[in-house]
Amino acid sequence: MSAGHAAANSYEAGLAHHFESFEQQKESSFLGMWLFLVQEIMFFGGLFVAYAVYRSMYPAAFMAGSQQLDTFWGFLNTLVLLCSSFTMVLAVWGAQVGRKKVIVWGLIGTIFFGAVFLGVKVVEYSAKFEHHLVPGESFEWPPKKHHGGDHGAEAAAHGADDLAHGAVIATEAHGADVAIDSSNAVEMSGRGGAIIFFFLYFFMTGMHALHMVIGIVIMLIMLPMAAKGKWGPDNHNFVEGFGLYWHFVDLVWIFLFPFLYLLGAH
Amino acid sequence: MSSTSSDTYNYMMAPEAEPEINKDNYLNDGWRLQDWLLSLDHKRIGILYLISITVFFALGGAYAALIRLELITPGGDLLSPDAYNRAFTMHGVLMVFFFLIPSIPAVFGNFVLPLMIGAKDVAFPKLNLASWYMYMIGGTLTLVAMVTGGVDTGWTFYTPYSTAYSNTFVAAVAVGIFVNGFSSIFTGINFMVTIHRMRAPGLTWFRLPLFIWAMYATSLIMILGTPVLAITLLLVGAERLLGLGIFDPALGGDPILFQHLFWFYSHPAVYIMILPSLGVVSELVATFSRKRVFGYAFVAFASVAIAVIGFVVWGHHMFVSSQSAYAGMVFSFLTMFVAVPSAVKVFNWMATMFKGSIEYSTPMFYALGFIGLFVIGGLTGLMLGTMGLDIHLHDTYFVVAHFHYIMVGGALFGYLGAMHYWWPKMFGRMYPDGLSHMSALVIFLGFNLTFFPQFILGYLGMPRRYHVYPDEFQILHVMSSAGASVLAVGYMIPLVYFTWSLVAGRAAGRNPWRAVGLEWLLPSPPPTHNFHEIPTVDWEANEYRELPEVEPAPMPLRSVPGQA
Repeated sequence: MSAGHAAANSYEAGLAHHFESFEQQKESSFLGMWLFLVQEIMFFGGLFVAYAVYRSMYPAAFMAGSQQLDTFWGFLNTLVLLCSSFTMVLAVWGAQVGRKKVIVWGLIGTIFFGAVFLGVKVVEYSAKFEHHLVPGESFEWPPKKHHGGDHGAEAAAHGADDLAHGAVIATEAHGADVAIDSSNAVEMSGRGGAIIFFFLYFFMTGMHALHMVIGIVIMLIMLPMAAKGKWGPDNHNFVEGFGLYWHFVDLVWIFLFPFLYLLGAH
Repeated sequence: MSSTSSDTYNYMMAPEAEPEINKDNYLNDGWRLQDWLLSLDHKRIGILYLISITVFFALGGAYAALIRLELITPGGDLLSPDAYNRAFTMHGVLMVFFFLIPSIPAVFGNFVLPLMIGAKDVAFPKLNLASWYMYMIGGTLTLVAMVTGGVDTGWTFYTPYSTAYSNTFVAAVAVGIFVNGFSSIFTGINFMVTIHRMRAPGLTWFRLPLFIWAMYATSLIMILGTPVLAITLLLVGAERLLGLGIFDPALGGDPILFQHLFWFYSHPAVYIMILPSLGVVSELVATFSRKRVFGYAFVAFASVAIAVIGFVVWGHHMFVSSQSAYAGMVFSFLTMFVAVPSAVKVFNWMATMFKGSIEYSTPMFYALGFIGLFVIGGLTGLMLGTMGLDIHLHDTYFVVAHFHYIMVGGALFGYLGAMHYWWPKMFGRMYPDGLSHMSALVIFLGFNLTFFPQFILGYLGMPRRYHVYPDEFQILHVMSSAGASVLAVGYMIPLVYFTWSLVAGRAAGRNPWRAVGLEWLLPSPPPTHNFHEIPTVDWEANEYRELPEVEPAPMPLRSVPGQA
């Protein structure tokens, strides 16, 4: 334990009553944040497991689905998020050295880049709606219209043989004794695999976007507090903890981008 | 035995001539509604949990009563098949998610953990209060779904039944459990940080009470496991509400994936329920045998080992779910492996009691009951973990009996033991001895009468979750139902005498059990901010020293050396 007990009795602003020292408070707050992030990794981990299982069941459908995603927007968003991490680091540094303006502008920059990211996501999502690539009643597969010209449709059609193969393997692997005739299997694996790919695409990026929205809301609350000079060298745990959260959300995207957008050659 | 006992230690152990109730306590610190509902005091939050958990336990118990009533006769005389399905589902959901998982951590962990390590509060008091609200919101959602129609999938929510076929409120209950999960995660983070960062000076890791080690292991599972259940339930909800097939085989999904994800949380969740009780029993056995726990470090690491190994055994729930035989063998082996640290604990408690000076107080009754029932529950668990036997016993009453021995005989006995042990600390008053001894015996007998016949039923082939059965099973079912009513009476008695003791119990004083631990240093009930001055710990966990005021009796003349 920290030996700061002697200093405990003198009350200092920013030190909660149940902590003995700033050191203890700081260590507690970071450990708590890291444990929260561990929890987040397990949360997204469940989704990545589902992704791995279905990708190994329907490799061709996943590849064809991936080619319907727009690499340009995905790449742009990766850059945008990296920029937002930079501004976040500036805000944290500003809090550590007590420069109010740096915190405020760092937060504003992070909010801006976060909003740009979400804006791009809106563009992408609406394109998927237009192209009937949202799982549900109107889902069309193989796709008629798509972003990348004829190339994607060709790939999707081309993949049909692999798909049938994949479906048979999947059926056998699960010991289903229901006989599925092969034309059905093509239909099922091509369409079913693609539906699952797009379901996972929307669910994973949606969960990621939800984390971004929560982050932006928190930063909007932090902004006036930063402007009032709440954070400084003795009291920057909150900003630093939030920085960890924001970087974590970035990091999730670093995995989502290749797993979803970059399957196969475009 | 050390001869240089510190003043702190002597003060803790010194008997009080006139035990009195501390007036300057957390209970007297404001009685407006917001003083309780917005309190950041870990002790008050513990009390909030105690009250709400008792309510959920009573509701879950009411469903159990319905089930046992229905099963008195072989025909479906009382409940329709659908109503029966809802009854056992709601019994399971309420008991697992709203009683067993929060029970000891949320009530006693909250109340005594900071006291035991010499902290003024948990590390994040606001998060602690938020966890109670999450619990209440999740619980309320589940109750609303229950009142408006219930769920009939079983507490396991197996797909595709839960997503494609069930006509009940699956999504609402799933959201309820999802929200409740935050409560677990917040509690886990809070405890882990508190244990790491807020121990009193001198309280090293290997001086920590074993209850704290158990809480640490429990928190680990809460943090690592709960989010996986959260994402699984979200996927089930999305599949159900949007009609998409992530787990539906008709749409290319894989229902086995659901089972993997579900049991990845729900098997470790069993250890969330039992580990705190193991910790409580370690405290009780040491205190009432007046000895250090035998092999302290082994018992401490056994808790962590159970938590870690518990994460890699989930596949033993799926031996007959088309999991590969090879995977089954691995999971079966790992399941045997998790029995080792569990057995270490049991043997070490035995060794602790051996030649100890055992006091048969009510908490000790529960500890002794726990050990016996936990052994039965654990050994039958090994039988289920062997693949060959499991094919015969899977989905029978044998499984039901096994996990009730662990969850009721284990977790609930630990909870009641903890309640009887720390009650005097929490409220400053004692409960009547005779009545509490009697109720412990009634609960023990009622429990065994309820669940032992179910082992036989299951072995004979009675499947679980059926509301009708062949006539020849009736005698065993009637025995089980009779036991359930005895058990119900057993639960009522503590409710009565605990309530009575709040107003009329005699004052307990600081340390009624003469136990070792920082919580016994404080007056009962403790003051709001616990410690005015953080004490320094210079004793080992459960270390009983000779006290200076107990002067050794004058030696008889003939034994003085040098005299013939």
